[in-house]
Amino acid sequence: MSSPPKPNLTPTKPSSNAAISVRNLRVKYGEREILHGINFEVPEGETMVILGGSGSGKSTLLRTLVGLEKPSSGEIWIQGKDFASIPDAERDELRKKMGMSFQGGALFGSMTVGENVALPLQEHTQLDDSTIEIMVRLKLDQVGLSGFENYMPAQLSGGMKKRAAIARALAMDPATLFFDEPSAGLDPIIAAGIDELILKLKKAFRMTIVVVTHELASAFLIADRMIVLDKGVIVADDTAQNLQKSTQPRVRQFLDRVPEPELTGEIDYLQMLTGDTPPQRQ
Amino acid sequence: MDISTRQSGTATIVDIVGDITLYNSPQVRKVLLDLLKDKKSPRVIVNLEKVRYIDSAGVASLVEGLKVSRDMKSTFAMFGLSRTAREVLELTRLIKVFEVYDNEADALRGGSTNVAPAR
Repeated sequence: MSSPPKPNLTPTKPSSNAAISVRNLRVKYGEREILHGINFEVPEGETMVILGGSGSGKSTLLRTLVGLEKPSSGEIWIQGKDFASIPDAERDELRKKMGMSFQGGALFGSMTVGENVALPLQEHTQLDDSTIEIMVRLKLDQVGLSGFENYMPAQLSGGMKKRAAIARALAMDPATLFFDEPSAGLDPIIAAGIDELILKLKKAFRMTIVVVTHELASAFLIADRMIVLDKGVIVADDTAQNLQKSTQPRVRQFLDRVPEPELTGEIDYLQMLTGDTPPQRQ
Repeated sequence: MDISTRQSGTATIVDIVGDITLYNSPQVRKVLLDLLKDKKSPRVIVNLEKVRYIDSAGVASLVEGLKVSRDMKSTFAMFGLSRTAREVLELTRLIKVFEVYDNEADALRGGSTNVAPAR
């Protein structure tokens, strides 16, 4: 096997305005390292889009940022605390200020939409039921689902399920909101509605938002900054505007939607099949 | 967050100092419902001059206060909203639902609603 690519950005001290600062982050599944020393910062109140193809490590990065995966080394500073090394109780407290909207929505099918949104409030606060009921209606209104609190998730369309999941992610008034492929599997009009909602949330609540996506149109619409991941390393970290002008070959390939070249030569092909020396594309 | 009440004529003024959040909003709710339901105060005015931020649990508590005041046929007002607090009420489309004043004197006088500029 070839050695993994070396990280291309050196660690820096978190900036004072950084809501999230990731330094030298490495994540392994067993012996296989997926993220090879990631460094980036998300300024408070900005939307960071993590772009990358399948297998680039972007979903692993997001799962690690929200604490669903443990880093093998490195630091994740969120709201001034090293999320990876603080005690569990402190991490749980920090997590309450983080909202996560999963790719499939992850609503509980046996509960109504309202009960799904109420759940984090019932679990983590001492609020009265009547207060929670009002909050649920407020959250559903914010995502355009007023009046749907008594519906079951199965009765909702794909876009509505995403909105309901976003309402649940908003329940605890998070300072940081994470989205995993928010427009995946949605038709373009519904996907545009989700983009619009993300923009509204950022503007309205000055939330720091991290979005993992491979949808380019959506990414450029919602992002202040973008990082492009390729094979577990960051190949670009820039403003959305600058990234469009990037000449970095892997970034251009991704943005211009150029397919991977076919393997040429019998030796390459044989090596790929036998796993001796997997061909490295540039 | 600190919360206290004082009387001004027939109105009860609720002075709140500090942010109203998920964790302390039950305290606000309790004071408001106690004044409106138990003490049957005819007019409750919430002083938000020293409140920088209200989260959605805080907003929900104020909504409950308003609802109970209507049930009890009393009135419910607030004054001294910070820019952030005002924005939160605008975003939740509640700014026009509440009786909002610029300052205490206006709130005590009553009459004109939702005319207060952001502080």
